[in-house]
Amino acid sequence: MQDVERKSTTQVDQFDDRIVVLSIDHVAKSFRLPTEQATGLKQAFINWTKGIKGYREQVVLKDISFQVHQGDFFGIVGRNGSGKSTLLKIISGIYVPEHGSVDIHGKLVPFIELGVGFNPELTGRENVFLNGALLGFSHDQVAAMYDEIVDFAELGEFMDQKLKNYSSGMQVRLAFSVAIKAQGDILVLDEVLAVGDEAFQRKCDNFFTEIKKDPTKTVILVTHSMDSVKKYCNRAILIRDGEIVVDGDKNDVASQYTLENLQAGQKKTEKKAEKQAHEPGLSDQVPIFRVLPVSPQLLTCDDTFEFDVEYDYRGGSDFYIPMSVMDTGRGGVPFDCGAHFHVNSPGHHLVHFSMPLKLFNDGNFRIIASMRIIPDVTNLSNYEQLAFTSDENACDFVVRNHGTTNFAGLINDRSMEIVRTGMEDID
Amino acid sequence: MKAFFKRLQQRYRYSFVVFKELVKTDFQLRYQGSFLGVLWSVLKPLMLFCVMYVVFVRFLHFTDGTPTFPIVLLCGTCLWSFFSEATSMGLQSIVNRGDLLRKVHFPTYIIVASVTMGSMISLAINLGVVIVFGLFTTAHFTWRVLLVPLNVFQLYILALGIAMILSTMFVYYRDIAHIWEVVLQAMFYAVPIIYPLSMVQKNYPIIAKFMLLDPAAQVIMDVRHNLISPENVPTVWTLYGNKLFAFIPLLLTVLIFMFGLYVFRSHSRQFAEVL
Repeated sequence: MQDVERKSTTQVDQFDDRIVVLSIDHVAKSFRLPTEQATGLKQAFINWTKGIKGYREQVVLKDISFQVHQGDFFGIVGRNGSGKSTLLKIISGIYVPEHGSVDIHGKLVPFIELGVGFNPELTGRENVFLNGALLGFSHDQVAAMYDEIVDFAELGEFMDQKLKNYSSGMQVRLAFSVAIKAQGDILVLDEVLAVGDEAFQRKCDNFFTEIKKDPTKTVILVTHSMDSVKKYCNRAILIRDGEIVVDGDKNDVASQYTLENLQAGQKKTEKKAEKQAHEPGLSDQVPIFRVLPVSPQLLTCDDTFEFDVEYDYRGGSDFYIPMSVMDTGRGGVPFDCGAHFHVNSPGHHLVHFSMPLKLFNDGNFRIIASMRIIPDVTNLSNYEQLAFTSDENACDFVVRNHGTTNFAGLINDRSMEIVRTGMEDID
Repeated sequence: MKAFFKRLQQRYRYSFVVFKELVKTDFQLRYQGSFLGVLWSVLKPLMLFCVMYVVFVRFLHFTDGTPTFPIVLLCGTCLWSFFSEATSMGLQSIVNRGDLLRKVHFPTYIIVASVTMGSMISLAINLGVVIVFGLFTTAHFTWRVLLVPLNVFQLYILALGIAMILSTMFVYYRDIAHIWEVVLQAMFYAVPIIYPLSMVQKNYPIIAKFMLLDPAAQVIMDVRHNLISPENVPTVWTLYGNKLFAFIPLLLTVLIFMFGLYVFRSHSRQFAEVL
């Protein structure tokens, strides 16, 4: 705990002149989850007579402290169920924390659970005014920003229609427009970047880029998209099991988040392996065949990724292990080693491999392997498949280079470049 | 200190803005999709009155024989409609607005207050109808009419207090809706609306006195006494020799309201989590 605090203060030192608009101080929250249906008087009475509590305590947030300064674009990331949304609801005042305090300076406008509570029986216009009132704006204030809201939502001709006649996309668009065009000081957004079609998303993108420059507006964003964290945020925190794991640099947070997701995938694999005899790609003849990471799965292009291939082959023939590297983010197979590795020892073995990554830009990769009997190496299309790695048995790794500005390319700037060789006037 | 007052003012300005907007939309929504719209606020109690008049006054002769009884009956029906509507709609209000509570933070009591205020608007329209009827029939308007707003205020406070208790309980126990339906029905018969109090007085004077200690009965009798017929409608003030007893229903109203406020306030922080 002490550690987190110190970290955030060191972060803050450099922006000492800006006001703290949101300060979360040792916030903890737990929920009572009913173990039995207890929404009736009868059940409540039975529980009471038997001395059953009827619920169990679920700790969602343990001890969260951080500060957000005016003008920040603050990201909150974490896996599903880590407590992000609860934290957001506490910030918005919808939930009350059990311990700790939340201090807010300025008008806070929340956009949570894809909506601000519209009424389907009211027209779009009436809903905008009702919502404005709920957010704390008087009729005149809403009237002043009404045109801008409608413009942004691109729903001009539908505003006098009842909301129940809107498509779901239109509803969300309107709600989102109200939230962002309302003249709030702090904007709290939960999972909004998937709203609307491509054109609308571009519009939102422009809006975010603009609001990022505005030193008076503060945005708190919960998202699963690390691209948007890197693009918009200037600070971020990563939450795991109700605690802040990383606080500060958005790139650290994004990398750590990606890594957490990888580890989660692995845990699932181990569990599954215990349960099932044969996963896809395996058989009685080859009950075990998988790629296992040896080195850390979060690397830079200066590292070498080391991994093992474990197999248990009960047959007699010798075979090959063709492997390929898949780019799970961009798609495609950047590399395939073909019939390079020949093995002629049946039984349970571990084969060590290593792969330098010096070529790669940022990306998410997966090594998939297969086990094939290839009678003639000159004709690779003629083979007998013994086993292959399913999604669970393959091995993921992630490359993250510090200071990368170009995310689109597969190959990094050091390994490949475009050189300007000259220029000439035509006219 | 100045900052504190400023904050207080700001806070209530916000509450008022939300309150106004919610009352407006509630009222809009109430008669949406019906041809006659707001007219139903007038028609419904009139039609109910007709049914009761035919059944109880004409067939069963539940009347004290005074010429004002029909209009007293109409007035009672309107007041009771308000009470039963405000409490049963108030009961549902928090649960019905659950989606809102989960998304925006605003003072929760406004929901209950706005729903009961919506019923209040209907009551105002109805009392207007009663007065118009009174002008054409035998109602006896006196200076006591000036007391009616105070009585109506008491009725509102009573309904609001009960609505706050019920809406809080309904969040946790959905059985309350059914229980309240039965209780309302029982209360309806315990209040001298479809029958004159004199009918009870004749045979059981003690019970008649006791009935008027019920704040709902007291306030309904008071309104009818002050608005229509000071001579023919007995109230807790005229029935008891000891005026101190007359304050019991008033005290009960205040206690119910305070208790409602207390129960509501101590649980309202949890509503968003439970719903």
